[in-house]
Amino acid sequence: MDVRLHDDDDAVSLRTRKAELPLYATRIKVYPRAIKGTWRRVKWLALILLLGVYYLVPWLRWDRGPSAPDQAILIDLDGRRGWFFDVVIWPQEVYFVTGLLILAAFGLFFATALFGRVWCGFACPQTVWTDLFMMVERLIEGDRNQRQRLDRTPMSADKAVRKGTKHAAWIAIAVATGGAWIFYFVDAPSTLSKIFCGEASLEVYFFIGLLTATTYILAGWAREQVCTYMCPWPRFQAAMLDEQSVIVTYQKWRGERRGKHKAGDSWEGRGDCVDCSLCIAVCPTGIDIRDGQQIECIGCGLCVDACTQTMDKVGRPRGLIRWDTLADQQSKERGEKGVAWRPVRPRTLLYAALLGVAAAAMLVAFALRTDTELTVQRDRSPNFVRLSNGDIRNSYTVKILNKRQTGQSLQLAVEGLPSARLGFVGADLEGSGAATRLLVHPDAVGTFRVFLTVPPNAAPSGSSAIEFAIQDASGRRSASHDAVFVGPTH
Amino acid sequence: MPTKIEKDALSGTETTGHEWDGVKELNTPLPTWWVYTFYATIVFAIVYCVLYPSWPWLNDHTQGVLGYSSRVELAQALDAQVKTRAVFVDRIRTASLADIRKDPELFNFALAGGRSAFQTNCMQCHGAGGAGSHGFPNLVDDDWMWGGGIDQIHATIEHGIRNADDKSRQTMMPRYGADGILTSPQVAAVTDYVLSLSGRGTATPEGAKVWQEQCVACHQADGKGNQELGAPNLTDGIWLYGGDRDSIYRSIFYARNGSMPAWSGRLDEATIKMLAIYVHALGGGR
Repeated sequence: MDVRLHDDDDAVSLRTRKAELPLYATRIKVYPRAIKGTWRRVKWLALILLLGVYYLVPWLRWDRGPSAPDQAILIDLDGRRGWFFDVVIWPQEVYFVTGLLILAAFGLFFATALFGRVWCGFACPQTVWTDLFMMVERLIEGDRNQRQRLDRTPMSADKAVRKGTKHAAWIAIAVATGGAWIFYFVDAPSTLSKIFCGEASLEVYFFIGLLTATTYILAGWAREQVCTYMCPWPRFQAAMLDEQSVIVTYQKWRGERRGKHKAGDSWEGRGDCVDCSLCIAVCPTGIDIRDGQQIECIGCGLCVDACTQTMDKVGRPRGLIRWDTLADQQSKERGEKGVAWRPVRPRTLLYAALLGVAAAAMLVAFALRTDTELTVQRDRSPNFVRLSNGDIRNSYTVKILNKRQTGQSLQLAVEGLPSARLGFVGADLEGSGAATRLLVHPDAVGTFRVFLTVPPNAAPSGSSAIEFAIQDASGRRSASHDAVFVGPTH
Repeated sequence: MPTKIEKDALSGTETTGHEWDGVKELNTPLPTWWVYTFYATIVFAIVYCVLYPSWPWLNDHTQGVLGYSSRVELAQALDAQVKTRAVFVDRIRTASLADIRKDPELFNFALAGGRSAFQTNCMQCHGAGGAGSHGFPNLVDDDWMWGGGIDQIHATIEHGIRNADDKSRQTMMPRYGADGILTSPQVAAVTDYVLSLSGRGTATPEGAKVWQEQCVACHQADGKGNQELGAPNLTDGIWLYGGDRDSIYRSIFYARNGSMPAWSGRLDEATIKMLAIYVHALGGGR
C-alpha cells in the first residue's frame, strides 16, 4: 500500500527545500572594510596592550639568587616549578592555577552579564590575532574593494607578489607567536639563541611549529568560522545574557523604513537608515546587524563606528546602531520612553558574589601558604617494634619541603608523648640526640627516618594522637603535622 | 544495479535501487571528508604493514623494513636506565660503607636502591618492612644474633648463615634432647633456668648445673649471648622461635639452626652494599 503523509504539492516543496539545504554551508569569504572610530580605537588599544603583554612578559627578569632561574614568569615543567616573581608554585599547589582559571571563568560570566560579548569582541586571542592579520592583509592587498578585485583577477606577477608577501608576513607573525608561547616554559634568552643555532630540544621546535600552524590557520584562514563553528563559548554565553546586558543593537524603530536618501530629500515618513551597507562591509563576521541578534555577532562594535560615520555624513543623530540593552530597545520600539540600564541586578550580583568568594578563597589560601611544609608518614609494617629492653618504638618517614631559595636547619619535636626519645637516620643531620638539627637544601625536599621510642609503661595502648613540629634556627615554629603513635593493645 | 537512477518522491533523495517489501533504501553518501579520511587510514595501514612487524607467519612474522622490535626497544630502555644509574652505582661500588653514609646523595640513592633490592630478595622471609616472622629475624629491632654494625650486616648479607659459602657464618647448637645429650627432665630444668634469665619464675639447682655445663660456652654465664657465635641473648624479650615455656623447651630439645643464603653470587657488589645500608637504617643498626 502506498502511504503518503503529504500530498504531492508538499512533497515537491519539501524536495525543493532539501535541494536548497546542503549539509554543509559553503563559506562566503568576508572582506571586512577598514573603519575609524571610537570602538576601533579601543580595539587597537586592547590589541597593543594584549600582544605587548603576550610577547614581552617572558623577557621580564627577576633576581632570585644563583640557584634559581631569573625569569619573572616561568612554568618549568621539567623542574616541576612555577615561578611567578617571588612566588614559587610546587606541583601540589596547582590548585592556585585552578583558582585563577575559576576566577577567569567567573570574571567572564560577570563581564558577559554586564556587557554581552565584550570578551569575544575585544580580548579573545582569536579576535586579537585575526585583527592583526587583517591589518597586515589590508597593508599589502588594500582595503575591501581592492581585495575583492584582486581575488577576482587571474594570477599575475603583481597578485603573486602581494599574496606571497601577505602569507610570508602572516607566517612570520605566527612563528613569533609560537616562539613567544615556548618562552613561558623555558628560559627565553638562552632558548632564543638555541632556536636559531638549531640546538633547542625537539619539543621546543614541535610546539613552535604547532602554535605557528594554529595561528596561521585560525587567524589567516579560518577567522570568523572559529567563532561560529568551533568555539563553544558563543553556544552557551547566551545563558549569561539577559535583556539588561549592554550589547550591539540596531534601533529598528528609528531606522525603518530604510532606503537610499539623496541630499535635500525629506526625512518625513521614512527611517534614518540610508541602507549604505557600511555596517555589513566593516563586520569581521560578515553579518547584517539590522537582522537583530545573531550567534555570529562577536560584539566588536565596528558597525557602531560605521553607522556613526554615516549618520554624521547625512546629518542625522548618532546611535542608530549603538551599545544598548534589549529592554531599552524593546521599550522604545513600543513607543515608550525607554528603560534605564540596571547594572545591579540579581544575575550580576550573583556573578560578582561568586567572583568575590573565589577571590577571597584564593587570597586566604595564598596568605596561609607557607614556605616550609612538613609531612609525616608512619611505617605500618611493622606497626611498632618491641626493643630488647621492652621499649616500644614507632618509625616515621619525615619529609620537609623547603620552598625557600636558601637552606634551612630545623629542629624536630614531638608533642603529645612526653616520654618519647627521638632518633634519626639521614645524611643531612647536625648534632645528636634531641638537639639534632635537620638540614634541608634550598628548593628541595629533605627526607629523614625518625624513630620514637617510649618505655613500656609509657606506651599508649593502641593508637594515640601526637603531633610533629619543626622549629627554625630562631625557635619559630614553622610547620607541624599530625601523626599517631601505636603501642601494643593490652 | 538499477538501469535508471530513481528519486524518492517524498524526500527527493536518490535511491540505491535496493528494495525490500516496498521499502527502498535512500542513497545518502558519506561526507567527502569522511570518505577521504577513511582512504587515508587504509593508506596508513598499508604503509604501517610495510614499515613495521605486522603479518604473522606460522612460526614467525613479517619484520618490517624499519627493523623495529619492541623487545629491542625494551632492552635499550633498560640499558639507558642502567647507564643513568651507573654514575651512582660506580661510586657506591668504590666508596666505603662509612663514606656512603656520610654523602647525602649517595646515602639517599643507596636507601632507595636497597629498598628495591630488599622488596625483591629479602621480604619473602623478613617481611616487607623487615619485621620478620617466626624463625626469620626481625631486622627493625635492636636485637642482633650476628651483630648490628654496618660491616657485620654487610658480611651477613654477603655470605649468609649456615650455607655452602666458605665464609658463611657457621655455628651449630646441639640437639640436646633429640641426640640424647640431656634427658627430658634436664631439658625441662634448663628451660626453667632460661625463663628465669628474663625474670620469669625461679630456676632449680639442677637447671643451673646444666646451664653451667652446656650453655655458657656460647650464651655466656649471664645469658646475654655472643654475636661472634650467633648465640642469641636470652635475657631480653625478643625470641626468634617464641619465648613461651613450650617453645624454649623445643628449641633446646631439637635445636634451631636457621639458615640464610649467601647473596654474593646472586647480587652484585653495589646492590649488597645498598642492602646493608638500607637494613642498617631500618632502625636496628648500631
